[in-house]
Amino acid sequence: MSADTPDVVAELDDLKVHFPTPAGTVRAVDGVSLAVRRGETLGLVGESGSGKSTAGLALLRLVDPTAGRVRVAGADVTLWSRRRLRATRRHVAMVFQDPQASLDPRRTVGDSIAEPLIVHRLAASTAARRARVAELLDLVGLRADTAGRYPHELSGGQRQRVGVARALAGEPDLIVLDEPIASLDLSVQAQIMNLLRHLQRDLGLTYLFIAHDLAAVEHMSDRIAVMYLGRIVETGPPERIYRHPAHPYTAALLSAVPVADPRVERERRRIVLTGDIPSPVDPPSGCRFRTRCPQARPACAETDPALAEVGPGHDAACLFPLDGERDGGVGEGATTRADAAGTA
Amino acid sequence: MSATTESTGRRVLDALRRDPLAVGGTIVLVLLVVVGVAGPWLAPAGVNDVDVDQMLRPPSGAHPFGTDELGRDVLSRVLVAARVSLQVGAVSVGIALVAGVTLGLFAGYYRGWLDSVLMRCMDVLFAFPVLLLAVAIVAVLGPGLLTAMVAIGVVYTPIFARITRAGVLSVREQVFVRAAVSIGASDVRIMRRHVLPNIAAPLIVQTSLSLAFAILSEAALSFLGLGIQPPAPAWGRMLFDGRGFVTDAWWLGVFPGAAIFLTVLAFNLVGDALRDVLDPRQLTLGEARRSTT
Repeated sequence: MSADTPDVVAELDDLKVHFPTPAGTVRAVDGVSLAVRRGETLGLVGESGSGKSTAGLALLRLVDPTAGRVRVAGADVTLWSRRRLRATRRHVAMVFQDPQASLDPRRTVGDSIAEPLIVHRLAASTAARRARVAELLDLVGLRADTAGRYPHELSGGQRQRVGVARALAGEPDLIVLDEPIASLDLSVQAQIMNLLRHLQRDLGLTYLFIAHDLAAVEHMSDRIAVMYLGRIVETGPPERIYRHPAHPYTAALLSAVPVADPRVERERRRIVLTGDIPSPVDPPSGCRFRTRCPQARPACAETDPALAEVGPGHDAACLFPLDGERDGGVGEGATTRADAAGTA
Repeated sequence: MSATTESTGRRVLDALRRDPLAVGGTIVLVLLVVVGVAGPWLAPAGVNDVDVDQMLRPPSGAHPFGTDELGRDVLSRVLVAARVSLQVGAVSVGIALVAGVTLGLFAGYYRGWLDSVLMRCMDVLFAFPVLLLAVAIVAVLGPGLLTAMVAIGVVYTPIFARITRAGVLSVREQVFVRAAVSIGASDVRIMRRHVLPNIAAPLIVQTSLSLAFAILSEAALSFLGLGIQPPAPAWGRMLFDGRGFVTDAWWLGVFPGAAIFLTVLAFNLVGDALRDVLDPRQLTLGEARRSTT
């Protein structure tokens, strides 16, 4: 996968983001490669502290990479200055987790949505800008007169719609969705998910969808990448990830998804991970997951496994990948739950 | 912007109206501005109408505030001097506000060596006693109204720089600033459109309080003969000139002194009230943002 591949809109290549702290160097992202292809949704899943958000921010160069490369729209922007990056920022937009915090409380909804239009000079006149803002508000299901209101006058769901409208304004090649529904009420979560899905269908959008659980991204994603402690441990199409997870960490994440069917739920086998995610200052030797892995063997402390193919388009970083059909119907359960939320 | 400013403005007005001290301060300030604008027309006599037959007369019907050692009408001089005080206050605080906010914005936004250099310079200025520094600046530039205003402006710059920087430091970490960066907004745009409006409240409070101190500083400089030059009237200068007659002609000191006192008190009352009204909201806004991030 390289920048020459025409359908790759943005990619990280062996990216490392390390933060110096008094306690030592935090290896938030420690060698992540991923490429987002035009028109797809790549789901990036991991616990808090896995580095998934940092990877997303690195794609926008909102954090400075320690090593590796960031390519956007075919250009290597790894070392670009803030000033030089400004023009390319149109290509990648971001929807933040907390819409309340990501909207300036002192600016109207219209001002916030118009900002990309002003910054990138995308509207010829004030009237054209206003018309475009109204169009964007309509796209995300808000009334045109919302433009004159302030964020504090809106509900959480409405605010996130504004966040989405702002991301759409510059017609970006890629939208990074950083847990866009995590801070919303359950009923509103489903609405925003539906909005994102419809927008993608109608406008041919490309998403990097960052989430902390697999259930959230299952129905959105064309491909899924699971992160643990600064690394991608498994990546593949959702039907493989959900039915045949090869990495024990993915299996554990899946088993944590409750099932709506009580019959299935009773038979569900939970893999309970013990302990917390280890400190990214001092990751375990060998496989990073071995300290919490139910399948860990002595060899796991020796070798740091690289991503290796375990199926078609399906890679896992495990010395002893799981195989065979998953039992307990967890994948089905996840489906049921997400469907229930989707129709709520 | 306008709707929030409006609604915030209306809320501030409502809150101020319920505070009798703030109402009193505001009335005094309004009167002061009227006198500052219309002083020469309100004055019953010319400020430099010397009348040696009428010198050092106590307050009377003809001269409500009495006359000075040259027979000039003290009331007229006090009224006309209001303009000087307001002018000095406005210009010097304007200088301090523009310079301090600019320095504070850049220091807080860019951090690093720029922050260190700018803020250490501010610390040095801050370390001097206010009047001593002003006197030193006037000594270098020469006495006069303009240099007094510049000197007072320089003296109050560090306060604005510090307040601005402190506000910028907290606002620049907000997600909406990161969002503006992700959109591609320039640093200047982010500072002007996103940071500054969100730190306006403490700056408004500091401006009103600084106006009081600036007027007081001008009076002190004039008292020392370093401000506006005679025969133009200034409250501080009138105090100075009247000090030799304090036992015989109390009115020479009392009326300009009372003018200074009332003006400073009014600005302080309004400034304190603004702080009470604006700051709690700022706190809760900040807390709300922090708790949701």
